[in-house]
Amino acid sequence: MANNHIGTRRLVVGAHYGMRDWLAQRVTAIVMAIYTVILLLCFLTGSAFSYEGWAGLFAQQWFKISTFVVFVALFYHAWVGMRDIWMDYVTKSVAARLILQVATLLWLIGCAGWAVQILWRA
Amino acid sequence: MSESTKKAKPQFGRMRLVDALSYRLPLAGYISILHRASGGLMFVLIPFVLYLLDKSLLSEDTFAYMKGFTSHWFTKLLILGLAWSFLHHFCAGIRHLFMDLHIGLEKDSARKSSVGVLAISLPLTLLVALKLFGAF
Repeated sequence: MANNHIGTRRLVVGAHYGMRDWLAQRVTAIVMAIYTVILLLCFLTGSAFSYEGWAGLFAQQWFKISTFVVFVALFYHAWVGMRDIWMDYVTKSVAARLILQVATLLWLIGCAGWAVQILWRA
Repeated sequence: MSESTKKAKPQFGRMRLVDALSYRLPLAGYISILHRASGGLMFVLIPFVLYLLDKSLLSEDTFAYMKGFTSHWFTKLLILGLAWSFLHHFCAGIRHLFMDLHIGLEKDSARKSSVGVLAISLPLTLLVALKLFGAF
């Protein structure tokens, strides 16, 4: 244990990504859970599943913004989860893991761009 | 240290699937594996969800197209897979959040909450399946 420290205090192992991602995964989970309940309420109390009702809901700016926030939360959450999966199962090759992690990130960023386009197109 | 003794060293922390298959897991273990599997499945299906959202919002015509698209049996199967993944991930996730607060960590209550996850997610999935395939 003492070997991991410089002097008596400073821990030099680990970049502490673990704690940050652990917390981010929980916070984003709660954000998505709240949104799910709101969406469900809008859905059940609103008109039946018609184009007017559905598009009308998504036409409101507050709904676009909250949906966007939830998408960002979703992508961050998915990134942490997928990174865990790659770290746990792709252990033989650092290069393969790095490629998969970068591919996951690029994929999610691409999806985020698509989500923005869907929400804010004229 | 020579190269040969290095190679003979067991590599800890590197689990292979064959090792995991012989494990007898408590129910909570299966809930945990399914939590991961459902998360992975939803990650794969993100473009599918975005595609449906896109079509449902673009115009009245694409909305009608989306309705036709989702009436195909394979699309329904994907939606059912997505519904199960979401319901399981949601329930198991809330269980995890409680465990983060050190609630229900004991062996007995952990098993009970595992049963609870299945007792909520599976009937709701069945409900979605019945709705999708036109039972009501």
